[in-house]
Amino acid sequence: MAAGKEIKTQIASIQGTRKITSAMEMVAASKMRKAQDRMQASRPYARSIRGVIQHLAKSNPEYKHLYLQQREVKRVGFIVVATDRGLCGGLNINAFKAAIAKMNEFNNQNIDIEICALGSKSVSFFKTFGGNVTAAKTGLGDKPEAAELIGTVKVMLDAYDEGKLDQVFVVSNEFVNTMTQTPQVEQILPLKAEDDDDRLNHHWDYIYEPDAKELLNGLLVRYIESLVYQAVVENNACEQAARMLAMKNATDNAGDLIDELQMIYNKARQTAITQEISEIVSGAAAV
Amino acid sequence: MAMTVHCDIVSAEEEIFSGLIEFVSVTGSLGDLGIYPGHAPLLSELKPGPVELKKQGGEQEIFYVSGGFIEVQAHRISVLADVALRAGDINEAAAEEVKKHAEHAMADQSSELDYSRATAQLAEATAQLRTIQQIRKKMGK
Repeated sequence: MAAGKEIKTQIASIQGTRKITSAMEMVAASKMRKAQDRMQASRPYARSIRGVIQHLAKSNPEYKHLYLQQREVKRVGFIVVATDRGLCGGLNINAFKAAIAKMNEFNNQNIDIEICALGSKSVSFFKTFGGNVTAAKTGLGDKPEAAELIGTVKVMLDAYDEGKLDQVFVVSNEFVNTMTQTPQVEQILPLKAEDDDDRLNHHWDYIYEPDAKELLNGLLVRYIESLVYQAVVENNACEQAARMLAMKNATDNAGDLIDELQMIYNKARQTAITQEISEIVSGAAAV
Repeated sequence: MAMTVHCDIVSAEEEIFSGLIEFVSVTGSLGDLGIYPGHAPLLSELKPGPVELKKQGGEQEIFYVSGGFIEVQAHRISVLADVALRAGDINEAAAEEVKKHAEHAMADQSSELDYSRATAQLAEATAQLRTIQQIRKKMGK
């Protein structure tokens, strides 16, 4: 029965793992709800400010802000948002794949790339993968605060202001629903007009108060911050959802494994008993 | 029927108001602004202060915003507030307290203080109190 004992220990160890994964699943589920609330709470602001910026990109301002000017692209920046912790399925890898696909496009055109890594998985990935990481921020936690991100984002904005970068992208996961998260690469600088609202297709401009330059500076920086914050908050909700799913699968797999091992164990025990009986019987017959 | 325009008031944390309005007044950086439907496109910074709405049908509502931006289009008005409160949520006693504290800190030259922060606090508290007074005035009428 030596094999039986081994199987018994293996079952016990898998049961231990299953307990942990199912606990992690429940933790992720409760965190996901909060993260989702947070994501939904900040969505209206992001949506409204995006609307304003879209209008602005369609106007014909007296003062053309730097962020609204298209420049010849020589260097681009990527803000790559990832999680701080692992065990969340393919979430980060999918985002990195999307980022790298986009980066390769620029590499083929001999355009330099700078990376701003948010989240420790992003930092460690680009450390091994290689890449020019100019800014990094880790330990954002479950409740990311806008103030914490501003410093990191500012590195990118300053580089853009100085003309060191000509385009900036944000890579993050979009929360479609609990089961689906899709990686997305979004250009945040310079701003692109996408709104096809015909009412705005004539020559017009805003009345600015106080003056255009001051106002646009404040508004556009706020917009970029809001975009990055939204990306981080959304990524956080994705992380919890992906982890919940990954842990659910792990728990299910552990259950299957235990069932299989239990079956093997029972068979081994049965064989051992049969063997013992036949030994006794043949022993008795010999006497 | 009075003319109406769609208005959104959002803060970084939540959506405060979304619906049709007949009139809105806000505290712009260069003074109060009153906006009716069909206003010319306008972008302005906001100072801490009350936002007063006249909703479709004539019902009035007052909010407090701690600064931000307003965008006016002929068919849409968006107020992007840093922090927005329904006027009923303002704690008058707390606002008085903050105001006193800030005034005191500014008067006390010897103490080490962040002057700009105290000024900002004072402005916010004063604006909150102004919002409350405005509501009182409305109720009294």
